[in-house]
Amino acid sequence: MKTNNPGRLVLITLVVGWFAVLILLPVYGIVQETVKSGLSLVVSSLSTPHARHAFLLTFWITLAAVIINTVFGIIIALVLVKQEFRGKLLIEGLLDLPFAVSPIVAGFMFIILFGPNGLIGSWFEGQGIKIIYALPGMIIATLFVTLPFVAREVMPVLREAGLEQEEAAYVLGASPWQAFWRVTLPSVKWGLIYGVTLTVARSIGEFGAVIVVSGNIINRTQTATLHIHQGFTDFNYAAAYSAALLLAILSFTLLITMQTLNRRTNES
Amino acid sequence: MTIEVRNIAKHFGSFCAVDNVSFNVEEGELVALLGPSGSGKSTILRIIAGLETPDRGEVFITGRNVTELTAQQRKVGFVFQHYALFKHMTVAKNIAFGLEIQKRPRQEIAAKVDELINLVKLQGYEKHYPSQLSGGQRQRVALARTIATEPAVLLLDEPFGALDMKVRQNLAAWLKELHDKLHITSVFVTHDQSEAIEISDKIVIINRGRVEQMGNAHDVYEHPGSKFVASFIGQVNVIDASILNNRIMIKDTRHSIDNISDIPNGNDIVLLIRPEDITLEEKSGERCLPCVIKQIHYRGSFYELDLDIGGFIIKALENKNSFKREQWKQNQQAFMHVKHYKVFETEEGHNIIREQLRQLGYIE
Repeated sequence: MKTNNPGRLVLITLVVGWFAVLILLPVYGIVQETVKSGLSLVVSSLSTPHARHAFLLTFWITLAAVIINTVFGIIIALVLVKQEFRGKLLIEGLLDLPFAVSPIVAGFMFIILFGPNGLIGSWFEGQGIKIIYALPGMIIATLFVTLPFVAREVMPVLREAGLEQEEAAYVLGASPWQAFWRVTLPSVKWGLIYGVTLTVARSIGEFGAVIVVSGNIINRTQTATLHIHQGFTDFNYAAAYSAALLLAILSFTLLITMQTLNRRTNES
Repeated sequence: MTIEVRNIAKHFGSFCAVDNVSFNVEEGELVALLGPSGSGKSTILRIIAGLETPDRGEVFITGRNVTELTAQQRKVGFVFQHYALFKHMTVAKNIAFGLEIQKRPRQEIAAKVDELINLVKLQGYEKHYPSQLSGGQRQRVALARTIATEPAVLLLDEPFGALDMKVRQNLAAWLKELHDKLHITSVFVTHDQSEAIEISDKIVIINRGRVEQMGNAHDVYEHPGSKFVASFIGQVNVIDASILNNRIMIKDTRHSIDNISDIPNGNDIVLLIRPEDITLEEKSGERCLPCVIKQIHYRGSFYELDLDIGGFIIKALENKNSFKREQWKQNQQAFMHVKHYKVFETEEGHNIIREQLRQLGYIE
């Protein structure tokens, strides 16, 4: 392809400009706002018990969602790629449902199901276990919205890797378990890491589904995103900005680390 | 170490891939499973390895019935057509894989890997990843990885199929050498008859999931047991004819040649002649058929001739040194002397045989 035509310059400018408007400017806005309020205010608003509780809760929910959805995501990918069964296409279609359904709608579905009067919730209520307006419900909601990431990222890599490497492991004396750990899993490593990264980012940032099922109780069921929202509604902008900045930094760091790792392995 | 395959059959849905196949591989033999693509030869190999389960039949390795064992338990070496190297592991790690699974001591593994790297001539590539190697190098790593665990038998599925001609010939010769050195009982699958003839002790010809013929290369080439074998092993001309007055009459002509078979008068037959069994003559003589020279192609070390006999175009090969090119020209009348030929009776009629051969891709 020819490289020095004016069209190319226009396209590059367009892309850079688009990024600037949509991504760089908002980030600059947050940084600007936070800096304006002063670093000490940022530190103090992040170290209030409410803020600390909120971030800690986000951390636990994210950890739970990542562990559970990594395990299930791998199992789902393995089954959908390697097994043939009736209704496989339906399951594969349903896998994308969390992408399509609005998180708020998802949250309401869980309230109906797991609420104190819900189909499953009433039984748990009888056992003295609260799901909705409590941690389990928030984890379930986060699981739902992050369900597709690991499976969707692992499936194409798994398909591309094919069966032969595993067969080679078997004839070399490996058990199915050994073949999985030594051959299958390492060969889908990058898909998996990417899926986990997206799961983490989405878990940290989830708002809609979580606010519905959590009831947004300060110091109990308020996550970092809900804390930011609270800051806005209470006109406590310093709290909102500093928490938002911290979340943004976390997400960026995550993405950049992954990109660098990915690049480094590709080069070697 | 011997292999015995007894009455195995395998269907994929309604397609019959392997149909009651039996054969033996003796201690230290190198056997080729030869057949066109889709003939079931790879499936047979995978059944021996335990990568496929047969619907019926049994597999014995060194007299032991292994039919119920998994691939993991059979301890056979298997080399895949597309190498199936572990992409995320270095060459050394790939070779060490089977030994690590067996939990051998670290020093022993390191020593064995070194030894194999030397054997497959990949010194200096220990730390490379498969993606950094050429096809031939990858297949050598795959071979080293396979023989590292000293398997009882070695199974190779089109081991050189994905390689280009030159690499393929080198590697085939090298495999033969390696086999002679290690003396490991081996079966390899190929659709390339020259490869089979070149390196195997015995050839098992597979067609449509069945064994067509078994024997050493010389036997199957010189004494093909069926039209299929004759046409598959080597190039061959297929000519329609019939027996008349105890002679073979070429269809739609008055030309005839000695009947070397005991097929009675009146029967339709096909005449199979290998291109290298034909020499061009100016005068008629014993076992000669009149023909017209249609084309003379220069092919480097030999000439390929298109000869017309009663509308059939027959291929003939002439050695560059013995063929007097200047003596012949296009559309010249000549005689083809046929040194050897084969006759097969065609109860089904010519068209059916031709159709079968066409489907198999041996004639156009």
